[in-house]
Amino acid sequence: MSEIKEVMFNSDRLATDEYLVNMGPQHPSTHGVLRMLVKLEGEKVLNIQPHIGYIHSGIEKMCEAISYPQIIHLTDRMDYLSAHMNNEAVALCVENALQVEVPERVKYIRTIMDELARLASHQLWWCVMGMDLGALTTFFYGLRDREMILDIFEETCGARLTVNYNLPGGLMFDIHPNFQKRVKDFITYFRKKLPEYDQLLSGNVIFRERTEGIGHLSLADAIAYGVTGPSGRASGFSNDLRKHQPYSAYPLVKFNEIIDHRCDTLARYEVRMKEMHESLSIIEQLIDNIPEGDYAVKMKSVIKLPEGEFYQRVETARGEFGVYIVSDGKKNPYRVKFRSPGFSNLFALNKMAKGHKIADLVAIMSTLDLVIPDIDR
Amino acid sequence: MGFNFYDFTALTHNIHVGLVEGFSPFMATTLEWVIVGTAYLLFVALFGLLLVYAERKVCAAFQQRLGPMRVGYWGLLQTIADFIKLLMKELIMPRKADRFLYNLAPFIVIIASFLAIAVIPFAPGLQSLDFDIGLFYLTSVSSVGVIGILLAGWSSNNKYSLIGAMRSGAQILSYELSVSLSLLTMIVFAGSMQFSTIVEGQRDGWYLFTGHIPSLVAFIVFLIAGTAETNRGPFDLAEAESELTAGFHTEYSGIKFAFFFLAEYINLFIISAVAATVFLGGWMPLHFGHLDAFNHAMDVIPPLVWFFLKVFGVIFIIMWFKWTFPRLRVDQILTLEWKYLLPINLINILLMAFIVLTKFHF
Repeated sequence: MSEIKEVMFNSDRLATDEYLVNMGPQHPSTHGVLRMLVKLEGEKVLNIQPHIGYIHSGIEKMCEAISYPQIIHLTDRMDYLSAHMNNEAVALCVENALQVEVPERVKYIRTIMDELARLASHQLWWCVMGMDLGALTTFFYGLRDREMILDIFEETCGARLTVNYNLPGGLMFDIHPNFQKRVKDFITYFRKKLPEYDQLLSGNVIFRERTEGIGHLSLADAIAYGVTGPSGRASGFSNDLRKHQPYSAYPLVKFNEIIDHRCDTLARYEVRMKEMHESLSIIEQLIDNIPEGDYAVKMKSVIKLPEGEFYQRVETARGEFGVYIVSDGKKNPYRVKFRSPGFSNLFALNKMAKGHKIADLVAIMSTLDLVIPDIDR
Repeated sequence: MGFNFYDFTALTHNIHVGLVEGFSPFMATTLEWVIVGTAYLLFVALFGLLLVYAERKVCAAFQQRLGPMRVGYWGLLQTIADFIKLLMKELIMPRKADRFLYNLAPFIVIIASFLAIAVIPFAPGLQSLDFDIGLFYLTSVSSVGVIGILLAGWSSNNKYSLIGAMRSGAQILSYELSVSLSLLTMIVFAGSMQFSTIVEGQRDGWYLFTGHIPSLVAFIVFLIAGTAETNRGPFDLAEAESELTAGFHTEYSGIKFAFFFLAEYINLFIISAVAATVFLGGWMPLHFGHLDAFNHAMDVIPPLVWFFLKVFGVIFIIMWFKWTFPRLRVDQILTLEWKYLLPINLINILLMAFIVLTKFHF
């Protein structure tokens, strides 16, 4: 008896070890081949150490061997959900370096496609967010609506995911004659469906309990870790490049930068939900006013950038995506570096999830909206 | 021996008499065991498959899909094909697993559900165990299953399985209280723990309607706690796919996995059957006080059909929960039980006792 008492009340002898769990590389909630070494005490998360490199494809190195129009193909494969924005970043970078002015029509179409891609990306994020929290039905609701955007992409440029629609100096093809009608149909359709999203998930008591006050990321931390995009804006970090450094047709449209100061999982969720409404309104402002004109300017068959360094950043669905090109005047770059939003966002995870439960870790991870090839280039 | 679809008492009695007359007492008892055992085994296997099919179709309807459509007419043979596949799969065991416990765990889980099914009254005369502590027996036997789940998680030697099993243990032990207390409320009202008495007592109206607000509250609490007992969403923490891959049965394959899978659906059936019996009158047709014409019309529908209609109604509600709600977190699940359901239940029992004492019921 005394033996038992001693074990019970002497915490040194009652073994309460911390233990390590490998989440990934094959795990349903990492949505890709991300591996995290999670230190746990019971259900409580003590420390998270992300290990990346499982899907590293050496895109930056490959870029050194290929020409500028070819680089655009590779950017599709990084953040495949924001493929169009990535393409655009490279195209804009090359255009700025050569000081080429693209036609207005191109700017409008690029912006519309950007916002469609953002919508599609946020829809998929919403599906997966619900699924990570255990509400399996959201997955099918989101994919149903995303399908319409992918159909528009397919009709426009032949591809559904890795669109590869941009070229330095313009677009690959002109838009399909049906484009405007289909986009408008989609807007009216999706306006009706968005409240359904809120009914199914946002308003749910369990969902709010699971997300409110979880995964706090303060403004200072968000800036220190470079957390951009909706995740950063939910911490009150005004970083929307569409506002602060407008490109393409963004200077022409009116929209709100969604900022939330609550810094938690729910804030990150709601920022994305509101961004979907903003995207719809941006598309609505542009779709009827696409000017006539060429869909591309005539470029030289071999594009050579002048010697120097060039940087262009755009706002993808995940945050700030930057392209840094060092050119030595040849037809292929000397060095290319991509600044991907997912990489910076991922490493704030430890800060956010420490002290929460495993279930919260999954919820926090899904509000960061990680795309693994974006992290592992 | 006359076959009456409205009352199986004569049929089962005749079989019993026939066996006793034709064989020695020992042989007669053994044969009875075999017959009843086989009947339940067949029922469990077939009904389990049916429930899996139903779940897939219900889930598909919620998710705007068709569900299984290819194997058989409207995919009716899909679950059978899946079952054959599971039978033929290789049984994989982790090298460092505790062999004995690892193999034992699925059997404990399925035996617990199997024992519980014995007291369910399907129709008049279709119940193998009808004794005075029926409900008590059912709650005690059905909670044996958690031992199997704990053992499965422990013996797999997998951290995810262990977390799942510990969650499941905490959850089932807590919700056992609510299930028992909400049933206790109804026992106070019915004045008996025997299933046949409980069903008979609902001849003039189901307890859900006659028991005023306390029985309605007890019904809701029972549905919530029952869903948690069966480890189904939104309480499916033990096998939270997005967190723990598959929880306590991560390391099981083939037929052993099928046992866990089947046990989950049998538990779903048991919870629904108990809800249907205690609150919705079991096989008793829908009767209203003195509306004789209406009551006679309702009597035309056989009791067996009534029973399964009610059971499927409750099963549908529980499936509805699963495919609509996000999952709760482990601390929230315990908060819900200990801070909300348990106090509500205790007050509810007092209310019910008050109502029974003052005869303030219909």
